[in-house]
Amino acid sequence: MTPVNRTQIIPIGPYHPLQEEPEFFKLHVDGEKVVKLEIEIGYNHRGIEKLAEGLTYDQVPFLVERVCGICSTSHPFACVNAIEDVGGFDIPDRAKYIRTFIGELERIHSHLLWLGLAGHFLGYNTVWMWAWKYREPVLDCFELITGNRNHYAMFKPGGVRRDIEDEDIPTAMRIVAGLERPLLMFAKIAMADPVLQARLKNVGILTYQDCVELGALGPTSRASGVPWDVRKDHPYAAYDMVEWDVVTTENGDVFDKVIVRVLEMLESVKICKQCLEKLREVKDGIDANYKEIPPGEGIGHHEAPRGEVFHYVRSDGSNRPVRYKIRAPSFMNVPTNNRAVVGYTVSDATITLAAIDPCYCCTERTIVVDADNGKQLMGWKELLRLSQEKTRKLMERYKSRMDRVWI
Amino acid sequence: MSLKIKALTKSIWVFHLAASPCNNCDIEILDLLTPRFDIERFGIQLVGSVRHADAILVTGSMNRKARQRLKRVIAQAAKPCFVIAIGNCACSMEMFGKSYNQMECLDNVSEVHAYIAGCPPKPEAMIQGVVALIQAQLAALKK
Repeated sequence: MTPVNRTQIIPIGPYHPLQEEPEFFKLHVDGEKVVKLEIEIGYNHRGIEKLAEGLTYDQVPFLVERVCGICSTSHPFACVNAIEDVGGFDIPDRAKYIRTFIGELERIHSHLLWLGLAGHFLGYNTVWMWAWKYREPVLDCFELITGNRNHYAMFKPGGVRRDIEDEDIPTAMRIVAGLERPLLMFAKIAMADPVLQARLKNVGILTYQDCVELGALGPTSRASGVPWDVRKDHPYAAYDMVEWDVVTTENGDVFDKVIVRVLEMLESVKICKQCLEKLREVKDGIDANYKEIPPGEGIGHHEAPRGEVFHYVRSDGSNRPVRYKIRAPSFMNVPTNNRAVVGYTVSDATITLAAIDPCYCCTERTIVVDADNGKQLMGWKELLRLSQEKTRKLMERYKSRMDRVWI
Repeated sequence: MSLKIKALTKSIWVFHLAASPCNNCDIEILDLLTPRFDIERFGIQLVGSVRHADAILVTGSMNRKARQRLKRVIAQAAKPCFVIAIGNCACSMEMFGKSYNQMECLDNVSEVHAYIAGCPPKPEAMIQGVVALIQAQLAALKK
């Protein structure tokens, strides 16, 4: 008798209410256990690289800013680094500090956003509401400095577009310093909560070897003990002029990814404070005013909240790029799901898929060919319910210990 | 029909439909649910299925792949149903209009009841847009 193929397919997406972006996961399951994962994207491809070739160097940062709304500084950051690399330009120190400040503030907002969503996937809606509540002051700070809550339009080749005024610095400092207490609270809760420990420890493990083989980036790899961080390895802007550390943990499970992100936010607060202090003293202009981009090639990096963003630009001496290439961190991180999800239960799949903080808006540089849809057995809603139920069960089990954590 | 429209204007349940956006309008929509804005106090709630929705919030300029799904999802909604275009991309395709992978504006695919411009629109602007839509519908009923 031939063995019967008992695997069934659970489709997640493409349109489901919680992850904001359209993407499509096909989970092949045998009973409760995930045996295979197929990822289908392409709902977000907008042809940005081609559009960039039709725009001038001054316009390109505005376009690449709209690659992704969550890390809307990372792409312009890498873009201006690439354009400046073509001509080997240097920019004023004040512009460097402003760039670094905006970049780090964005990391805080992005990680808080992720923390909230992760809490929601686990059925901890309180974490979602709280994390997003503490994210609002960060957006206020952006609005104060740049004029917009998201899509700041701060970067231009050769400097930044707007200065941070001296009278705004105390307010910004107050907002940034005010984040420390809630961040420490989140760290404490994550470390002490027995349910989170039971739910996230040893789930979705990526080993050091997996990360190296698949080239995982950002917090995904740093949670597995791979200390890759472009800010340290290949310093740009003011990252070599401020004091900070790369955060790594060893286990590579979802729990460690939470911890890495929370600790990274504290590092970012440290960097932001130093930048603001420096901005009081360093006053050498915000724009180097370069007029001509010479022929040649340039590359630019930025450590986005999700990992390294890489931009490549080729110039022929005209005012437009001839070729523009973007590689976003999720492009490297999404395939790690194949190792991290497979072998665990369906109720762990949602949080593991979410743990790399995937960003499909960034990733979709190419169109992926449509695959046949599997028969729908369980929707995203069902899956979310499973995930939240598991947490509830654990909550009951750990009830006596819970009271000590949540006051 | 008028009774149905009147019923629609109370505690609107919304379904969020992302048609190749950059995520920003989408996180601002989610932001509306969180403590600072908390639109659930007006009965506005994000629902998981388009069949439960009174209004569909469309973000992003549609690309070829998303367009087919978008048409199907809008067709699946219980009518009458408001379609609200959120952000410049959904309103006018903005800078992506010239891309090889974009086909047409949202207006050509479905009737749009409200346009909320901005890149991204602020949460306050979204609330104002929905309020304006409700007032316009109620005013039309009175005539």
